Amino acid sequence: MDFISILSIFVLACFVGYYVVWSVTPALHTPLMAVTNAISSVIIVGALIASAAAGSPSAKWLGLIAVALASVNIFGGFAVTERMLAMYKKKER
Amino acid sequence: MHEAAPINPFVALAYLIAGVCFILALRGLSSPASSRRGNRFGMFGMALAVVTTLVTHEIASLPEILGAIAVGGAIGFVTARKIAMTDMPQLVAAFHSLVGLAAVLVAAAAYLNPEAFHIVDAAGEIFAVSRIEMGLGIAIGAITFSGSVIAFLKLNGNMSGAPIMLPGRHVINLGTLAAILGLIAYFVTDQSPWVFWTVTALSFLIGFLLIIPIGGADMPVVVSMLNSYSGWAAAAMGFTLGNSAMIITGALVGSSGAILSYIMCKAMNRSFISVIAGGFGAAPEASGGAAKVDRPWKRGSAEDAAFLMGQAEQVIIVPGYGMAVAQAQHALREMGDLLKAQGVRVKYAIHPVAGRMPGHMNVLLAEANVPYDEVFELEDINSEFAQTDVAFVIGANDVTNPAAKTDKTSPIYGMPVLDVEKAKTVLFVKRSMGGVGYAGVDNDVFYMDNTMMLLADAKKMVEEIVKSLGH
Repeated sequence: MDFISILSIFVLACFVGYYVVWSVTPALHTPLMAVTNAISSVIIVGALIASAAAGSPSAKWLGLIAVALASVNIFGGFAVTERMLAMYKKKER
Repeated sequence: MHEAAPINPFVALAYLIAGVCFILALRGLSSPASSRRGNRFGMFGMALAVVTTLVTHEIASLPEILGAIAVGGAIGFVTARKIAMTDMPQLVAAFHSLVGLAAVLVAAAAYLNPEAFHIVDAAGEIFAVSRIEMGLGIAIGAITFSGSVIAFLKLNGNMSGAPIMLPGRHVINLGTLAAILGLIAYFVTDQSPWVFWTVTALSFLIGFLLIIPIGGADMPVVVSMLNSYSGWAAAAMGFTLGNSAMIITGALVGSSGAILSYIMCKAMNRSFISVIAGGFGAAPEASGGAAKVDRPWKRGSAEDAAFLMGQAEQVIIVPGYGMAVAQAQHALREMGDLLKAQGVRVKYAIHPVAGRMPGHMNVLLAEANVPYDEVFELEDINSEFAQTDVAFVIGANDVTNPAAKTDKTSPIYGMPVLDVEKAKTVLFVKRSMGGVGYAGVDNDVFYMDNTMMLLADAKKMVEEIVKSLGH
């Protein structure tokens, strides 16, 4: 992809983010932080590419450590979000 | 810029779908009812991104990769299961630091093995644009990491929450930031290792320096800000890889953190710059505190409180960080149940900065099984205090201080506060009369005729009230 296409995606995504996040109810701001944490670990994609590539052993090991760190976040972030969201209940009537 | 990478349209599509799933994950949080479905979208998007990457790259080391995922995943999962809800701010700070460190490692790996990322030209030089993206990625990642580590230590109590003020820190910080930006610019013309690693080292340093002068009460802003940084770091790496899932996510997370920081700053009537500059609550402020000496106040007992609330038509409970520290949320819900059984209407009022992170009180109340439709935000409930019989303030202080509305010299002047003083009776649970809130300001509510101070540990007091209500 050329730089301008990437930049377009980025700028539009910023606007989407702006409107989507303002619509999040304040009661769910903590789960919001936990889930944004989990999804920002999509950086694992870069870590996977680094650790998959042959060529540089040091880059491979850095990549593997990054894969492990991002995995902590992905599993931990989604699991803790799920745990929190399960607690939000309406009045039983 | 990335023409070197052969792009399979299906791969690009898969990453785009992953990005859209992440948007839906955040969109789901607009109401508790749709939130869990949103979270599932997030998980699906992540799985899609990971699998797509794995099947479209030559993998030289699959067992190691799966091992790394298993180890990291297990640690994350167990932590998420075990963590106490009161410790969420620490956990989130710790998770931020991991995203930051992962970004640093990925940027470093890209620097060491640029061929794998298709960011080199025929001569083996890294593209100029990629160098800027990498430089920014590693700088933001490193700042996120070291800043989050400090935030974690402060929130976890391993480090004093009091701001640490270095002399001349503004000059040092601005100088370091300028040096980082200058070196990233220079990196475009010279890709030698010393430039890259100096940027990394300076960025780790500035992360520490930026967070140590920020006090405990400002932590909601800091945690939100670091949340934002972790997003921008992911976006920068997304640019390097030309990966739409990473860019969309980075932009989402970046805006999310920025908006939360803005909401938190607004709720404290402080500018973002003044929070970053740090030092709030460091020096005792002159105003308000002066009048503190020996004003008359009334002390009440648990029985008095139980009687007053039992007679009330409506009780509004105002929880704050002190409730979290005392772990009083379960006892509080029990108290609410007993009151409701006696025909009292019970509502909860949450100030945006109550607690140590955005929405912290809501999670704790949800944990204690308080239905979310009994919990209200400041602007939705503030007008109700005037028609309320009892305002029950537990572990909150500054967010109820009327000085914010009237006293122009007060350090919290202009901050939106809950109008508890308008209720017929205010019951104020507090450990002792000595301590004042984070802002170091005395609260006039303590000395009002219609206020009764309940001096005790929050949890013990509520449990005693529950006992009295039971009779």
